[in-house]
Amino acid sequence: MAKITLSNLRHSYEANPKTDQDYALKQIDLDWDDGGAYALLGPSGCGKTTLLNIISGLLTPTQGQVLFDGRDVTHLPPDKREIAQVFQFPVIYDTMTVYDNLAFPLRNRGMDEATVKRRVTAIAEMLELGDALNQRAAGLSPDNKQKISMGRGLVREDVNVIMFDEPLTVIDPHLKWKLRSKLKELHQRVRATMIYVTHDQTEALTFADQVVVMDAGEIVQIGTPVELFERPAHIFVGHFIGSPGMNVLPCDVQGDTVRFEGVEVAIEGPIERGTGDLKLGVRPEYVSLGDGPLKGEVIHVADVGRHNVIDLRIGQSQVRAIAEGAVPPIGEAMAVAFRPDKTRIYRDGHIVSQPAGGAV
Amino acid sequence: MKKQYQKGWFFVLPVLLLVAFNALIPMMTVVNYSVQETFGNNLFLWEGLGWFEKILNSERFHAALGRQFLFTGLILAIEIPLGVIIALAMPRKGIWVPVCLVTMALPMLIPWNVVGAMWNIFTLPDIGLLGYLLNHVLGIDYNMTQDPFAAWATIIAMDVWHWTSLVVLLSYAGLVSIPDAYYQAARIDGASSWAVFRYIQLPKMKQVLTIAILLRFMDSFNIYTEPFVLTGGGPGNSTTLLSIDLVKIALGQFDLGPAAAMSLIYFVITLFVSWLFYTLMTKDDQN
Repeated sequence: MAKITLSNLRHSYEANPKTDQDYALKQIDLDWDDGGAYALLGPSGCGKTTLLNIISGLLTPTQGQVLFDGRDVTHLPPDKREIAQVFQFPVIYDTMTVYDNLAFPLRNRGMDEATVKRRVTAIAEMLELGDALNQRAAGLSPDNKQKISMGRGLVREDVNVIMFDEPLTVIDPHLKWKLRSKLKELHQRVRATMIYVTHDQTEALTFADQVVVMDAGEIVQIGTPVELFERPAHIFVGHFIGSPGMNVLPCDVQGDTVRFEGVEVAIEGPIERGTGDLKLGVRPEYVSLGDGPLKGEVIHVADVGRHNVIDLRIGQSQVRAIAEGAVPPIGEAMAVAFRPDKTRIYRDGHIVSQPAGGAV
Repeated sequence: MKKQYQKGWFFVLPVLLLVAFNALIPMMTVVNYSVQETFGNNLFLWEGLGWFEKILNSERFHAALGRQFLFTGLILAIEIPLGVIIALAMPRKGIWVPVCLVTMALPMLIPWNVVGAMWNIFTLPDIGLLGYLLNHVLGIDYNMTQDPFAAWATIIAMDVWHWTSLVVLLSYAGLVSIPDAYYQAARIDGASSWAVFRYIQLPKMKQVLTIAILLRFMDSFNIYTEPFVLTGGGPGNSTTLLSIDLVKIALGQFDLGPAAAMSLIYFVITLFVSWLFYTLMTKDDQN
């Protein structure tokens, strides 16, 4: 087990990268604490898998260092790093039994059969594969195959980090939930650092203690699921997390006074000075209807089960609100308010309003 | 019982006719000949299973069958591993892929008799490229029209040249279908390149290799044109394979009865060995 440090990391798939556009990873500085459960969340193509492959050693970064407990492993091959990786599609050795599959990484490292047997039996028990040990792995269901790929990582006592690259993609919905709780349980038992890559916010938020949100080769925010939801540090995070995402609206700022569509709205706190394009951000959960300074018109209502998502037109802008109970008819004029302590200002995508009293 | 829709027969009739004319009727004609003796003038005498007994006990047949198994065994033992090795060495991506694929496919596009003729000229001791090189440059006494060993080496080399590509292309298709994650997982698991071959590549190639072995078995076991054009079965009878012997009996000696019996035995052997291969190679998948 180890603390993993990524220092000044940049990676490009091109031979001679020139501009920032050529980099799949632009600039990554990050510490993964020993024993943490992390999720790496971001849209497809944002560099998640690249980052993962750099940590596992399948890729060598163009620039920067990967440190395990302060030891530089940037140029070590994967099998020398003592890491485990679970891929999107279950990788199993078809011709082997479940037992041989789990024993494979140990035998490759020349361990004696007694140790192999002890480790494999223990891990199979933990993964609830004990009954299937003598079966051919090829005949198992996808979720059990995925457990085997996990197991091949877990059998090694010295494993530094277990990485999951969208491991639930091919799993049936009703088994996804089961496997996810199994993962969480395993993390509590083995206390190994786990990094879970996904573009599904539900998976990320339920699995991880800390979520690292990436966009276009950069880390935009690191935080607990609650922090990411309550106070997105970047417009992208507001957008990407939550369903529907945060309202990002044009606004007019003079000092600490913010006007939206000509109406003054209260925000969480003072705004840092600077120049750039300013936007107002407020989650649909914190847009209230029925009372307030803004005047809006209902243009669309979607019933998503537990609540309704209501689209309103306020002046030239469109604002989403979440409402429970009675559904207003389309075309109805409504008074709208933003909850001040949840309304933030972003400059060029980054948050610039300061929390009132320093609290989140 | 449910009444069946009789007009359904019309839909299969064209195929039935086609199969009847190109397989069933010729085959039955052969069965017909195999139990009779003929002296020309359409005079036929009932012979029963006599020809079958005679063929099965004839030394000439045993010798040809032995040569046939030797030939097929040798080319399978060379072409299958060689094909797999070449497929493993071929690039998986990049501009060289189409170049390799087309180069590999070229020998298979050449008609059988042309292949025979090419190799015939290629190996002529005085003017053939290979024959001249061996005899006059390397000083090896090589003449396949006189030396049985040279004749065998030549027909084997010719078949390997002509058909290894088939194994290569099939194996390659199996190889490229393996997702990268398998190789990455193997690297993380610390697998040696032998282990990668043994536990990832070979299992994934198994199905296409089954097809490759079956095709190469059937094709080489029934081979006629290339050795006929190249050696004509000689020197002596040293390269007289089953099909060449069969044609000698049927058309050379015009012994239609024995030739028909031999064809049927030949057919049954091919069928049986193919079945055996297939059963052995797929028996794991059924469990």
